[in-house]
Amino acid sequence: MSGAEKIAVKVTDIVPLNELVTRFEFKRIDGGLLPTFSGGAHTVVEMQDGDITRLNPYSLMSDPMDQTAYTISVRRDDEGRGGSLFMHRNVKIGDEMTISYPVNLFSLDLRAKKHLFLAGGIGITPFLAQIKQLERFNGNWELHYACRSESLGSYVDELRGHHPNETHIYYDDQEQRIDLVNLLDGQPLGTHVYVCGPKGMIDWVRQTAEAEGWPREAIHYEEFLAPQPGKPFEVKLAISNKVIAVGENESLLEAMEREGVDAPYLCRGGACGQCETRVLDYTGNFIHRDHWLEDDEHASGEKIMPCVSRFEGKILVLDR
Amino acid sequence: MTIQFNDETFRDDYSFYNSERAIKRFPFPFHEDSYMYSVNMEQHRGGPVDSVYEKRFDVDEHYVSEMKDRALVLADDPLRCQSLPHMTLAGWDLLELIMVSKSEDYPDLFELHRDGNTWRWVNKPMGIDHTFTFLDEATLPYGPMEYITRQAQGDFAVLDQRDDNLWMDAGMVTTQADWSLDFDIGMNFFEWHAPVPLAHEKGIFIRALKFLLNIQQGAPARRLNWTMTVNPLLDTSPENYHKWGIQKTTLTPENLGAKQHLRVELQTFFRLPRSNALVFPIRCYLCSFQDLMTVPKWGRRLHRVIRDLPVELATYKGFIDNRPMMLDYLSQFDDGLPTSPGIWPDLDTEPALQK
Ligand code: HEM
Ligand code: FES
Repeated sequence: MSGAEKIAVKVTDIVPLNELVTRFEFKRIDGGLLPTFSGGAHTVVEMQDGDITRLNPYSLMSDPMDQTAYTISVRRDDEGRGGSLFMHRNVKIGDEMTISYPVNLFSLDLRAKKHLFLAGGIGITPFLAQIKQLERFNGNWELHYACRSESLGSYVDELRGHHPNETHIYYDDQEQRIDLVNLLDGQPLGTHVYVCGPKGMIDWVRQTAEAEGWPREAIHYEEFLAPQPGKPFEVKLAISNKVIAVGENESLLEAMEREGVDAPYLCRGGACGQCETRVLDYTGNFIHRDHWLEDDEHASGEKIMPCVSRFEGKILVLDR
Repeated sequence: MTIQFNDETFRDDYSFYNSERAIKRFPFPFHEDSYMYSVNMEQHRGGPVDSVYEKRFDVDEHYVSEMKDRALVLADDPLRCQSLPHMTLAGWDLLELIMVSKSEDYPDLFELHRDGNTWRWVNKPMGIDHTFTFLDEATLPYGPMEYITRQAQGDFAVLDQRDDNLWMDAGMVTTQADWSLDFDIGMNFFEWHAPVPLAHEKGIFIRALKFLLNIQQGAPARRLNWTMTVNPLLDTSPENYHKWGIQKTTLTPENLGAKQHLRVELQTFFRLPRSNALVFPIRCYLCSFQDLMTVPKWGRRLHRVIRDLPVELATYKGFIDNRPMMLDYLSQFDDGLPTSPGIWPDLDTEPALQK
């Protein structure tokens, strides 16, 4: 079996926060307790969208110690392949769904003397759980959170209300920007930096920190990669002895699953490495989108991460 | 079934023994007639009834005596238990995992009553009935990891996960096969495995680490490892090598069957939920050669494995000098008949010794 253990849950609350973001609460169907988790963990939510099974990862934002319910926040992506649209349009209170056990690819470094959180937009969600975790143990943290506008600032009021000294908000439409160089410069020794948000923000933080001489291990990041739609392509699976077609709105991983091939996965977002697959032959170009493989591995044409990466060309043969 | 706890020692007079039941459930580590290192990992989700795989943490007849031996080792050398400051949360995770597992798997021996953060823990074999506050160290006599691992068989390495590696940042290590927590503390997966021969070249540790980093909550894994020990010693540590190393020279053809023990480690791997750390319990089982030879399949197979084991492995495991004497003994129990696949004794189907 692929992926983490599953939990059968019921949707117990749905709260629209603003034009784009809605919060969902899940409880176990059997009334039991959910597993505890560590701040930064995500769950993979299974959606039965007609014939298609969608599996999307979302950060858990509730208190990690609260075993009665999990909450996630979903940002509607009108251009995406439909997972977030399905959550917004089709999911109702009382629906039964399947989610995975928590998986953490963005955990706190508990050695840190101070945790500096940098959030962009919906990237705030893992920090909400990490803040609850740190508050319980009197951890030292500070949040810098960039949102597009006041009306799209999810959880801004709650954060400012509970943690006025630790929370710093920046609105793009008011030309407010995080002054990163000065911020990094003023941190005490032993600070760890965590960034979650759009790709541009992650790259900016990583590059700036590197240029400022920060050690690589002190910079942690999680980017929310959703598989992107793309041109359909065909792939031959050597072990399963099948030729399958990958449609415009599905990932290579989803196409394999649809055809009954048991392909490994965990994060479905290009971060964990679990789905790594060997390429046996190809003529064409890869569209690599994962964070797992190194640049030279991407260039080699020997490996692909089917959860997020695609292919354009004539022949692709995989060792699966 | 209720367990009758042995009153026995793992030092001085070595009164340790295995009952017939313990011999039958001994985790014989060879599934075929030869052995080489491999990434031999599988899911840890139960196993045959009464086998050591059945429960999350196996409790057997040696429990109470092993815990007494651990207390003696710690009294001599407190550095056998260490936890770097950032590992306290992982210690609570481990305490919770063991208390929940044992109370669910052995309700007649252990009880856990939780009312919010007020927990009452009852350990009947050790006569403990203790109420404490979860996540409040001041309410326990030791740190959480030390508290619970003084009540759990086997060694425990608690690994922090960061930078795509595992770091040995805490542990309770008193029953080890010649390695030292005090030496390895703070090291990463490749550093502490540096002394192992051949496995690095075969890429075993790279693949094993990838597997471990991806172990998830609710989906533990396990593997077996083994070595040889003369006399039923739990504490074969480098710190005490001067005491046990010389005992290897006391082996004679006459006493070998009783003194030479196969030492098997049941190693399991659990993701810890609150800290995202990994715990690696290493449970040690000892069985004398003469007891092993009561199972015809094991007699045939052990002879073949030891005979054909690469020199590098026999040297690393510390029995290269005694190997000829061991083979003289073991060959009496090998009649050349084929053996059935798998580790189980197969007493009903495998023929008795034909010589
Ligand atoms: C995180 C979990 C693990 C810990 C804490 C751990 C620790 C150790 C230690 C301390 C040693 C002794 C090294 C010495 O001579 O000083 C050792 C040996 C070894 N380990 Fe691991 N190990 C772990 C996981 C694994 C895994 C998953 C494999 C899988 C292949 C593995 C394979 C080995 C082998 C083959 C040896 C040599 C054992 C012998 O021949 O007796 N280890 N390990
Ligand atoms: S499933 Fe995690 S990288 Fe593809």
